[in-house]
Amino acid sequence: MAQMNMVQALNSAMDVMMERDPGVVVLGEDVGYFGGVFRCTEGLQKKYGEARVIDAPIAEGGIVGCAIGMGVNGLRPIAEMQFADYIYPGFDQIVSELARLRHRTAGDFFAPVTIRAPCGGGIRGGQTHSQSPEGIFTHVCGLKVVMPSNPHDAKGLLISAIEDDDPVIFFEPKRLYHGPFEGDPEQPATSWAAHPLGEVPAGYYTVPLGRSQVVREGADVTVLCYGTMVHVAQAAARLAGADAEIVDVRTLAPLDADTITASVRKTGRCVIVHEATRFSGYGAELLATVQEECFYHLEAPVTRVAGWDTPYPHAFEWDYFPGPRRVAAAIENVLEAA
Amino acid sequence: MTQTARFHVPHPSARPGEAPDFGYLRLSAAGAVERPSPDARVHDIEHLAYDLVRVLDDDGQAVGPWAPSIDGETLRAGLSAMVLTRAFDDRLLRMQRQGKLSFFMQTLGEEAVSVAAALALKPGDMLFPHYRNVGLHIARGHNPVELMCQCLSNSRDMCKGRQMPIMYHWARGNIFSISGNLATQFPQAVGWAMAAAIKNEQHIAAGWVGEGSTAEADFHHALTFAAVYRAPVVLNVVNNQWAISTFQGFAGGERRPFAARGLGYGIASIRVDGNDFLAVFAVTRWAAERARMGRGATLIELITYRRGAHSTSDDPSRYRPRDEWKAWPLGDPIDRLQAHLIARDGWNEADQAALEADRKAHVDACWREALSYGSMTEAPRLDQCELFEDVYRDMPRHLIAQRDALRALADYQPKAGPAPEG
Repeated sequence: MAQMNMVQALNSAMDVMMERDPGVVVLGEDVGYFGGVFRCTEGLQKKYGEARVIDAPIAEGGIVGCAIGMGVNGLRPIAEMQFADYIYPGFDQIVSELARLRHRTAGDFFAPVTIRAPCGGGIRGGQTHSQSPEGIFTHVCGLKVVMPSNPHDAKGLLISAIEDDDPVIFFEPKRLYHGPFEGDPEQPATSWAAHPLGEVPAGYYTVPLGRSQVVREGADVTVLCYGTMVHVAQAAARLAGADAEIVDVRTLAPLDADTITASVRKTGRCVIVHEATRFSGYGAELLATVQEECFYHLEAPVTRVAGWDTPYPHAFEWDYFPGPRRVAAAIENVLEAA
Repeated sequence: MTQTARFHVPHPSARPGEAPDFGYLRLSAAGAVERPSPDARVHDIEHLAYDLVRVLDDDGQAVGPWAPSIDGETLRAGLSAMVLTRAFDDRLLRMQRQGKLSFFMQTLGEEAVSVAAALALKPGDMLFPHYRNVGLHIARGHNPVELMCQCLSNSRDMCKGRQMPIMYHWARGNIFSISGNLATQFPQAVGWAMAAAIKNEQHIAAGWVGEGSTAEADFHHALTFAAVYRAPVVLNVVNNQWAISTFQGFAGGERRPFAARGLGYGIASIRVDGNDFLAVFAVTRWAAERARMGRGATLIELITYRRGAHSTSDDPSRYRPRDEWKAWPLGDPIDRLQAHLIARDGWNEADQAALEADRKAHVDACWREALSYGSMTEAPRLDQCELFEDVYRDMPRHLIAQRDALRALADYQPKAGPAPEG
């Protein structure tokens, strides 16, 4: 067991898989010699060579398109989008090609591509370095969509994603790279060094795709969340004085509806939290699932807390960000409802 | 300065009712263009992007340095594949008009573009076609029955009813799947070639796009990545003059040949007469040899003419002269190869008539067999629940539930609805 932050855990996942499988290659902007702007691929090119850790031109559509061709030719590419905000030039290749290749060829062709993309806010990145576009991708059949909330899950889920024969969009909440973040920018930054989920096995292990995780058991209310919001939700529950059951969804697609359903049926109340904008956001899918599966167990309307339906701001980041006070208020409202 | 002088809208040389005019084409005489070594530096061969490589002259003779050494058997195989491609094309177009197919796209007049390239490449080379490349399948020996079954979306459809007609693929024959989103296959071909180089394998990739979709970002991504990594790939632009209703000027063809775009990327670039089987064969061989020796990608612009409609959904007489094809200066690819075989190989008109009758009979037999496997509307049909397979490798639970819901719908009787018949 080693103590790792999320950057080190992700690096370790790629290292382990490149060691095990000569078909695993990494490509993306600045990922090679420099080791990535967030350092996630540091040292990999030196260890595995320029032909397996490939610095790419600034063309996300080209990166994804080439990764598909590589995947068809037997490689297992990991493509890094420098920021999730930059993924859109690759959107057509992801949606029209990568996601549907297996289906349109009745299984004769497929491309086992993993696309890593640092997402989310809290780093003063403004509207082009803070977005959470997961809901755009969960809407696309054929993709798996993952967002870890801690180093242990990040490594285990990334290994699962690389090994998976289906395409995986792997969102990394960049505010969590170096430590858990409970949503209050006034608090001193914390690191993963002292956190139990910063303890990461040095070698190979997996966290399965398609399984959510109850990170805190509770009786009063279920909070469904993922990524940075897993930590915000825990702070919010403390603020509200609520015995909240907190579910880290982790794999957004395909969804582990059983874990969610079991929790909400137990507590009878549910708050859904994500950083992404609210309208047509992923929370709507969670809410619909809860309504369909748990309606007769509910004691209060289900509530969503999300980013406002505006572009992600620079100066007013903390007014925008669904921080612990907003989440706590929602929890209190749900608990007070008849 | 007038408004029209500042805002330029390209106009084709002729619209319906006007006389066809292909004077805008830059042509070279057969045999006039020099053939550099396949390992030539791009800098030294830039003129190839502006010249036009042609081998067959008006008398059917193969002339000049690009005339390939090619045996009579290969030539006759090429002719046979082109004739079969045309017979296939003709039959399926008529079947679409009779309502057997929902849609079809002809290849008429562009047979050499695919067939000559397929014969010039090796069987292990991976092909990334666009939608007017069925000749690649036919030249590589894909059974026309399988192609027809795809077009019919029947019980033996390779795509299991998931794609419109003509969106073929053939994994065993190393031919990739066709996408309706244009030019997406271009960077994929480059990525495939990059992987071949990374794995130190000798196979190369080849991709095709129409001149219209060179305007897509994917075209430029492909050229950038191919240049940067010196990918062993042959990138073909099939310039058939028309992208549905817009002539090649709307993709930027008024200013420079499409081949010249490769020069900006430092990629070897060649214009070739796309209706000249021997020229297409020779240029493809040259480019493939260059790729195999580590000199990277070649961009080939094939000058040809889309003789039919874009698809069965448009009427070309609405946007171009009805008889424009008759004025096309580069002839018909089948006629030209036939003339060459007659001039060189003792082939004669009777042989040609026999070949055409034989290939047509083969298509008729294939069609009858394909129909016996059903169609979109006639049994035997695919199980509609096949829809849920292959979305993922293993079907997730939500899709199992949706599949079961679709099955259950068959037994559902609306409470207030009419009684079922029978």
